[in-house]
Amino acid sequence: MFRVTRRYAFAASHRLHSPQLGVEENRSIYGKCNNPYGHGHNYLIEVSARGPADGATGLAVNVAALDDLVRRQVLEPFGHSNLNADTDAFHSVVPTSENLAVEICRRLKRNWSAAFPGDWPKLEKIRIAETERNIFELGADEIE
Amino acid sequence: MIITRKVEFSASHVCRIPRLSEEENRRIYGASANPNGHGHNYVVEVSLEGEPDPVTGMVLDLKELKDLLNREVVAPYDHRFLNYEAPPFDQVVPTTENIAREIWRRLEPHLRGVAGRLHSIRLYETPDLFVDYFGEQGSREAPNSGEAPCSA
Repeated sequence: MFRVTRRYAFAASHRLHSPQLGVEENRSIYGKCNNPYGHGHNYLIEVSARGPADGATGLAVNVAALDDLVRRQVLEPFGHSNLNADTDAFHSVVPTSENLAVEICRRLKRNWSAAFPGDWPKLEKIRIAETERNIFELGADEIE
Repeated sequence: MIITRKVEFSASHVCRIPRLSEEENRRIYGASANPNGHGHNYVVEVSLEGEPDPVTGMVLDLKELKDLLNREVVAPYDHRFLNYEAPPFDQVVPTTENIAREIWRRLEPHLRGVAGRLHSIRLYETPDLFVDYFGEQGSREAPNSGEAPCSA
């Protein structure tokens, strides 16, 4: 069994602000990330898939198919976007990197079988580095 | 406890199945099917799992691991064309997956009976693409796992 991991990058802006909290509370919880005009990051995303190596090709994952899936579901919609304004899911959900991980994982899971029709490979996890020092990891089985 | 040692080698390879057409090889392997080959700076991370020896405080002397990696990985692979110079890649397609498995096979017999056992091989083909291999034990979930013979 192999785990194949591919790394991607996109740049986007966001603002962390919960409408369920007051002005002061938002500022104390999110700090600078609550700045009303938002700010941006160069996000690094690692997508890991798990599976056996095919007996004939020696490949566990068709990397071109993975690239195509991630490009359509993540890089094109999120790249150079304002996550709060441009992504429906973040109109009501704060685009923290935790919630971004959930959204990316959902998008990949929803479209996985179209990209990989067989039993393998399976989406195992995604990892988001918002900065070099803030890293978030989510197992695909942790969400529906 | 897991301890990891990193080693690098630069090598060329080509991913092709000889019995398949040019078109099929291109469809499966993309640019990696270029018949004249191409190269990578491969990075290998070898991880051992074990408890530190109560006297030395070490799982394994990393110097020993370094020597083993130089002998079993760097010497046979560095500045080589894997398909032509590093068996079994004259018969087996040198995909990242198959190279990771071959490195496991080369190292594992030397790491039996030491305090730490081989835990995983991580092989980076580029900084943006890497494979983790956990040995045959880790393949129990995989019904069709097997060799990738390059049947001519």
